[in-house]
Order: sequence, then structure tokens, then C-alpha cells
Amino acid sequence: MAVIEFRDVSYHLPDGRAILRNLNLAVHRGEILVLLGRSGSGKTTALKLVNRLLDTPHGELRVDGRSVREWDVIKLRRHIGYAIQEVGLFPHFTVERNIGLVPTIENWPKEKIARRFEELIKLVGLSADVASRYPHQLSGGQRQRVGVARALAADPPILLMDEPFGALDPLTRTDLQREFLSLQQKLQKTVLFVTHDLREAMLLGSRIALLEEGKLVSLSSREEFLASPDPLVKKYVEAFGTAVEWSERGTP
Amino acid sequence: MNFWSFVSQNKFEIADLTLEHLWMVGAATLFAIAIGIPLGILITRKPGLRKPVIAAANIVQTIPSLALFGFLLPAPWIGDRAGRLAVLALTLYALLPLIRNTCTGIKGVDRAVVEAARGMGLTDWQLLYKVELPLAASVILAGVRVAVVISIGLATIAAAIGAGGLGELIFRGLAMVNNDVILAGAIPAALMALTADTLLGWLEKRLSPPRAA
Repeated sequence: MAVIEFRDVSYHLPDGRAILRNLNLAVHRGEILVLLGRSGSGKTTALKLVNRLLDTPHGELRVDGRSVREWDVIKLRRHIGYAIQEVGLFPHFTVERNIGLVPTIENWPKEKIARRFEELIKLVGLSADVASRYPHQLSGGQRQRVGVARALAADPPILLMDEPFGALDPLTRTDLQREFLSLQQKLQKTVLFVTHDLREAMLLGSRIALLEEGKLVSLSSREEFLASPDPLVKKYVEAFGTAVEWSERGTP
Repeated sequence: MNFWSFVSQNKFEIADLTLEHLWMVGAATLFAIAIGIPLGILITRKPGLRKPVIAAANIVQTIPSLALFGFLLPAPWIGDRAGRLAVLALTLYALLPLIRNTCTGIKGVDRAVVEAARGMGLTDWQLLYKVELPLAASVILAGVRVAVVISIGLATIAAAIGAGGLGELIFRGLAMVNNDVILAGAIPAALMALTADTLLGWLEKRLSPPRAA
């Protein structure tokens, strides 16, 4: 079932430049759909339309069968976890308060928030003694783990992730990718994941959508993607070399 | 008669005038905070208002203080008492640093932090008081600090319209061509400015958000 559905969605800048052109795409329950593309392909824009950080002027975008325009925007955003490359942790809050912010403003009882924190911090592979630290006292990998935990805090069924592991060193990145994958096997969220990294797409994606200049070029499974005859897909695959280790995830 | 004997003979008057001075500056600062910070926030929300608001505050700043005191004299109610008039004029002068620093402070909050906050479903109000204002606090306080120091200096001129304060001694000393009397007004005013600057500077440091290590 489609949890997120783009129907003929276009997006233009005020100066008329098209960022997205007639995008049609459905993200199914429990899958990780990877939006792959180079910078400027419109993938981040597509992501931000879903939680209405940008507004959809043309076409229809549905979340859980309802147009995002009909959703109360605050309810919509609390229904969707959001993790970005820069993380955006609140520098004046401790790790615990960062993670507990949405539960707090949703008026969860204190004990429930504390329990949720313990649960999440384990889930993302950190020990509970980071609770009282501030973001600047964490490493990049720890920060991103906290960012993911914060996105999951109120247990939203949908996750939007914009190159969340992009700024990490390759080793930490691989660790986090694998951990996220096993996390996802437990949690079964519906994930829309933006990246320009084909390796990451191959590792994480249930399906891969390639965007180029705001247009959907191809939408396929990982296996089909590598074998695609489409010249743009081929170019992308070649750019990453023939040794794309998509098999390291094992057969699904 | 030297400086110290003048001070010791007139210590009660000097203390009175110092209090009067403090009162004018304090009241003006509070009014300026109450008006300037909300205005500064408003112009981050309505970018179209930014230029006209800053321009208006800028223009006020360019009016020579003596002239501003004069312009305000005919104002009803305000003009009845020199003290009120002085507070109004000082408030107007203090607005610019407050509006500008509030705006700069809020706009200076890391965009990723604001985006994450909005993305996770904070309302505009929650974004403001949980994220933007705490993170902008030290910059806003720097504005308060500038405003207070300017006001302490400017308030000496308020004596020209009979509002009292330490300026009274300065003007009296000028008329008498007596440096000791001038200093008896100028030194406490300078000390007041230095103290306020130090205290607010300390507070500003305490309110700075934790920095990247």
C-alpha cells in the first residue's frame, strides 16, 4: 500500500526554473525507497514536499491516503521522522533533551519519556551515559546516531532521511548504514531516503528511484537498476565503477 | 575648592542625581526591550518589514540628541514632565541596537537546527521560545549592553531640559567654568557605564550557547 504518493508533482522556483517535473512515485509500507541523483536533481526538494517544509504548488502529494494540503502541518510533521546530513541537534540541549523534545511537547508523562530515551539510545548503539552531554561533546557518528534517535522519538511510521550519513568518514558511515538496516528490519518504517551515493542506495534501498533534472529517470529494484539499459542509469553506474558491492547486503 | 571636597560636601545630591540617572536609563532600557525585541522578532517573520523598521530606527539614531529632546517638548502628557520626556527620547535611541541584534541573533541561528526543528513539528511559537530565542540570547543581550551604555551617556544631556540626572552637575560645571563640578557628574556616569558594561558582558558570556569543541 502506498504510504507516500507523488501524483504529477512539479515544483518551480520563484524565477520559474523547474526543480521537479511531473513526478509520479509511490513509497510502500515498510520499504526503503532511495531517491538517487546528483546535486540539483531535485531529490531534496521532493523530500521536503512530503513534510511540507516546501509547499506543493502543482500536482498532488498524499501521505496515508490524504493530500498533504489537507493535513494539519504540525500533525503531519510529527507523523514523520526527519533526519538530515547536518543533523541539526539543538546545541543548547543535552542529548536526552534533544531526543525527548517531541515527546515533551506532545505531553508524554516524564517516566514514559525517560523509558523511551533508554530504549532509543540502545537502539542506535549508544550507551546511556551520553544523556547529559551536549552535541558539541559528541563525535560526528554519535551526533548522527542521536539525530536518528531523535527522528524516531515519537515512533513515527514514516521516516524522511536526507543524506543522513553523508558527512561521516567511510568507516563510520558503513557502520551506521548497516546498523540502520538492521534497525529498519526491526522497526519496519516506511522510509524515503535521499542520497547521491550509489553504494548507499544499493545497500539500503528496497527500490531505487533515479532523478535527473527534476525528472524520474528510472524506478526499479536494485538488481534491475544495475542491469538497466537506460543511458542515464548506465552513466551513473559507470561513474561509481563496476565494483559496486551491492551483493554485500546478501539476497533479500 | 578641590574635587574631593566638592564631592564630600555634595555627596547626598550626587547620590540623588545618580539614582535619578539610573532610573531614567533603567526605565528607558525596559521600554526599549519591551518594544525592540518583539519588533526584531517580527521583522524576521515578515521580511518585507525589515528595511522600513531598521530604516526608521536608524533615522531616529541620527537625530542629534539635544534636538530630539526639543522636538518632543510639545508632545501631550509626555512633555508635561521632563523625566517622561527624557525616558521617551532614551527609549527611541535604544531601539536600534535592540531591533538589529534581535534580528541578527535569530537569523544567525544555524539553518540546519531551524530546519530540523520545523521538520520535527515544532510550531512557530515553540521554534521561537525553545530554539531561536535561547540560541540568540547572547546576541540580543549584546544589543541590550550597547543600548544601556549609550543611554547612560545620553542621559547626561537630558539635564538640558530639566530632567535631572548626573548631567545636571556637568551643565552646572560648564556654566561655572569649574572642572571639579563637571567631573563630579562625569565620573559617576562613566563608572556607571563601565559597571553596566562589565555586568552585561559577563551575563552575555554566560548565555552564549555551548560552542563546538
